[in-house]
Amino acid sequence: MLTVRNNGLLIHIYRNIFDGKSVRSLAAFLLLVLTALQQPAWADAPDGAKLFAQNCAVCHGETGSGGIGVPLSLPSFQATVSNRYLAATIRDGRPGRVMPAFAQLSDAEIAAIVGYIRSWYRGPVPHYGDAPVAGNPAHGKQLFAAHCAMCHGVDGQGGRGTGVTFSRPRGLPIMPPALNNAGFLASAPDAMIRAVLIHGRAGTPMVSFVKAGLSRRDVDDLVAYVRSFQSGAQTVAGSVAGLKPDLIVQSPYDLKTTIKNLTQAINSDNFFVGRSQPVEYGLTTPDKANPHQIIVYFCDVPFLNKALAIDPRVGLFLPCRITVVEHAGKVMLMAVNPEVVSRLFNNGELNELCKEMHDRYLAIMQEATL
Amino acid sequence: MSPRLWLARCAVLLGLLLAAPAHAEGLLMARSQQMFPEAMTTLQDAITARGYTITRLQQVNENLAKMHFKSDMYRVVFFGKYSQIDRLTRKHPELIPYLPLSITIFAEGNQSIVVAMPPRALEEMFPDPALKPVFEGWQRDYQAIFDQVRETTGF
Repeated sequence: MLTVRNNGLLIHIYRNIFDGKSVRSLAAFLLLVLTALQQPAWADAPDGAKLFAQNCAVCHGETGSGGIGVPLSLPSFQATVSNRYLAATIRDGRPGRVMPAFAQLSDAEIAAIVGYIRSWYRGPVPHYGDAPVAGNPAHGKQLFAAHCAMCHGVDGQGGRGTGVTFSRPRGLPIMPPALNNAGFLASAPDAMIRAVLIHGRAGTPMVSFVKAGLSRRDVDDLVAYVRSFQSGAQTVAGSVAGLKPDLIVQSPYDLKTTIKNLTQAINSDNFFVGRSQPVEYGLTTPDKANPHQIIVYFCDVPFLNKALAIDPRVGLFLPCRITVVEHAGKVMLMAVNPEVVSRLFNNGELNELCKEMHDRYLAIMQEATL
Repeated sequence: MSPRLWLARCAVLLGLLLAAPAHAEGLLMARSQQMFPEAMTTLQDAITARGYTITRLQQVNENLAKMHFKSDMYRVVFFGKYSQIDRLTRKHPELIPYLPLSITIFAEGNQSIVVAMPPRALEEMFPDPALKPVFEGWQRDYQAIFDQVRETTGF
């Protein structure tokens, strides 16, 4: 809100405006109003707990116990990450690995969230410098293949899927992070990676590699190898710009014949056909529902199961459907473009699956309109 | 630059900044502290309280179970307003694949998760100015629905 301190300035500006003396004063007034509207919380510090509940709890759990996201309250996690790492991770996310970039949050809001996350931890908070760790990446590569690739992937791409899921039994307490991810590499300094390798993370499959028999020099070589991922770091574009949101194929047949053809094409692509109904089904009485817009639902359950393992939020696509629409004398087949919607998930693996779904939709639509 | 031109530019800047989205791109998501059956009731109440009619509930986990795939409770809730959808589909058939509206809900242990495509994302896909108020209205409703699900506790 506008503060008392600003009242004198406001009165001065008002007078100038109504006297017609200064257009610049009107502009200044507009900017003052803008500032007040854009920063309504001048007087209040951001509430970390509330911000965490709004932005983080859905993936990390209300008390940081984890879910699709890292268990942030795990003491061994807190003991090895710096506040700077947490803040950078919140701000920049992990491209293609579900964790979004919260670019809309201010530095103060991010600091408040970090403070709230730290409220679950009583131990010392580590601080790391930016100095690179000197090591032999070629030797580190050999060690990585022997000790790390099993969980983190041959190229450091991390565990498959989001894993562990929301909606089914959990296989691992934590997903092995993608070490080749641009967001990770930008957030984690060499000294932090070294600390994790030395101490491990109790409560997760990440062991202390010093206790497992590696020397400090071996650890430094591993750090140097992980840092070498930076040149080809994993990024996934999040924008839907340039992609068409709908898949549309015109049919040479009438509505009824097109629906019949569509059903046959769906069956021949190993989907089972569910119900067909008007778009307005359930919104009005059956006699009023527009009969020129018919949704045909279908499903490939094993494909669905695979998709849910990659990202349990794929309900947005469900069930698969193509709508037959008669509009302005033309009959068209229309579907959501899965490639476009997939970009909202920030999940590189799901993008691949949605490309496949895009191709299957188009194949069905083309077969139905041959 | 003349003062009037400068003022005009300030006004445009003001408008642009006020219209800037408050949230980043991505999915709308919320965690409910309620178990699935209660959260499902809360979600449906929140949807209907905003004037929408629920048209159907897609039972996802049942379809998975038929082929022996394990899953906890998982539903897709479809909803809309007849007059709005009737008008939109006639004037803007390109929106049809995205209608009726939907919100996904599933169990995670003793809690529940709701997820949806943010209507604001449709603005980028369908940049027709006539549709902007529609998407913004849906965005406000979705946000309110998600807030209600997030904040409702107990039975």
